[in-house]
Amino acid sequence: MTVSIEPPLAMLAEITHRCPLRCPYCSNPLELSKRSHELSTKVWLNILDEASELGILQVHFSGGEPTVRDDLTVLIKHAEKKGLYSNLITSGVLIDKSKLDSFIDSGLQHIQLSIQGADSEVGDYIGGFPGGHQKKLEVAQLIHDVDLPLTLNAVVHRHNIGQIKKIINLAEKLHAQRLEVANVQYYGWGFFNRKNLLPTREQLMEATEEVNKARDRLKGKLVIDYVVPDYYARRPKACMGGWGRRFLNINPAGYVLPCHAAETIPGLRFERVTDKSLSEIWYHGSAFEAFRGTDWMPAPCSTCDRKEIDWGGCRCQAAAITGRPDATDPACELSPDHGSMNSIAQNESKPSQEQFQYRRM
Amino acid sequence: MAKTRIIMTEKVVPVFPKGVRLKFDKKRKQWVVLAPERMFVLDEIGISVMHCVDGKSNVDEIVDSLSKQFKAPREEILDDVVEMLQDMADKGVLDE
Ligand code: SF4
Ligand code: SF4
Repeated sequence: MTVSIEPPLAMLAEITHRCPLRCPYCSNPLELSKRSHELSTKVWLNILDEASELGILQVHFSGGEPTVRDDLTVLIKHAEKKGLYSNLITSGVLIDKSKLDSFIDSGLQHIQLSIQGADSEVGDYIGGFPGGHQKKLEVAQLIHDVDLPLTLNAVVHRHNIGQIKKIINLAEKLHAQRLEVANVQYYGWGFFNRKNLLPTREQLMEATEEVNKARDRLKGKLVIDYVVPDYYARRPKACMGGWGRRFLNINPAGYVLPCHAAETIPGLRFERVTDKSLSEIWYHGSAFEAFRGTDWMPAPCSTCDRKEIDWGGCRCQAAAITGRPDATDPACELSPDHGSMNSIAQNESKPSQEQFQYRRM
Repeated sequence: MAKTRIIMTEKVVPVFPKGVRLKFDKKRKQWVVLAPERMFVLDEIGISVMHCVDGKSNVDEIVDSLSKQFKAPREEILDDVVEMLQDMADKGVLDE
């Protein structure tokens, strides 16, 4: 069955790869884009025009650290003018009161602030940026003072998942509306550091229990988003809500991707917004067409009644684990490769003496 | 969001908090609520209820005006309207 192509709902605008932090799980590619390859302000303004025309409703300004660019205010203002809802995904360490005010005056609607741990000791160690955690606490307070909604994002792994209870308490204390507890996605730097990041099954079960307890206690006060990591799951996630169905991602060099890790998939060809219109790329780009809908699916997905629920899971993960980008996501129990996913989880989740490697340019 | 759960009783005046927007999506020709990292498509009843959220009317008054608008007895719609407002409040889309 061919699924009709709908216009995208949201755009992830990765305006830079530069970032003062060095998280070992960063989902940016190992080959980071240099500043000299970044798109100009003018090009980004055009992209926002095209995005709104195409039917996009929300823009997430992201990176790297988007606030390293000094034209962010201009971009937010333009998004607002075009009726786009703008969200800032930030590590927060470069934000002060006057910057925050200028974002809000320009129309920023929401901030997603990352933390790397529940306290300075863990947070600064993981982020590789001394003083970062304290800075984040101050920024959260500034955000609360101006009444802007705040989502706290904590990426968890072996070294900080034991802090989950403290992380939830921190989210409450910082008046976050939402807490996103995201398990590391193992591509980019995360894939590179996987054996030094994967949590153990026991760690996960404990964390899941803490989250469930907190959810009951905090109903109506704090929304906690928490997803079991793929390496311990039985069914895959509907990655990006389905390939080429809702989201598009523009990377710092202007390539339009179906998801932020799509460049890790061998054999795909991506197109640049500077060469073609966003609309043409969305509707006809070969990378978007490659896994859109259900026609490309192999067994067991092709005959499965969940194929329009999870869309066969994550393509990047299928490529990384099986070497075949069009394989059923090995996170799925029905995948013939599910066993190898399990053994990776078992073998690599053992505490190792090795140190992870910080992300570097 | 407030530190305690908001309960949508008669005298509460619901408002859209910062970061929540009611918008007509021209491309898809439908009303949507845009909120932090989520969006909801509203059905016809939802649109009517949300359009009554003006930062001045309390729940009682919202029910009154909807009852007029739909020529339906107050008691008949009361529960549905309150339930919808409560649901939106729990999702963080309405404040008081
Ligand atoms: S994951 Fe860490 S290093 Fe990567 S962009 Fe975010 S804050 Fe920077
Ligand atoms: S077989 Fe494919 S469609 Fe079915 S649950 Fe697994 S990944 Fe989803």
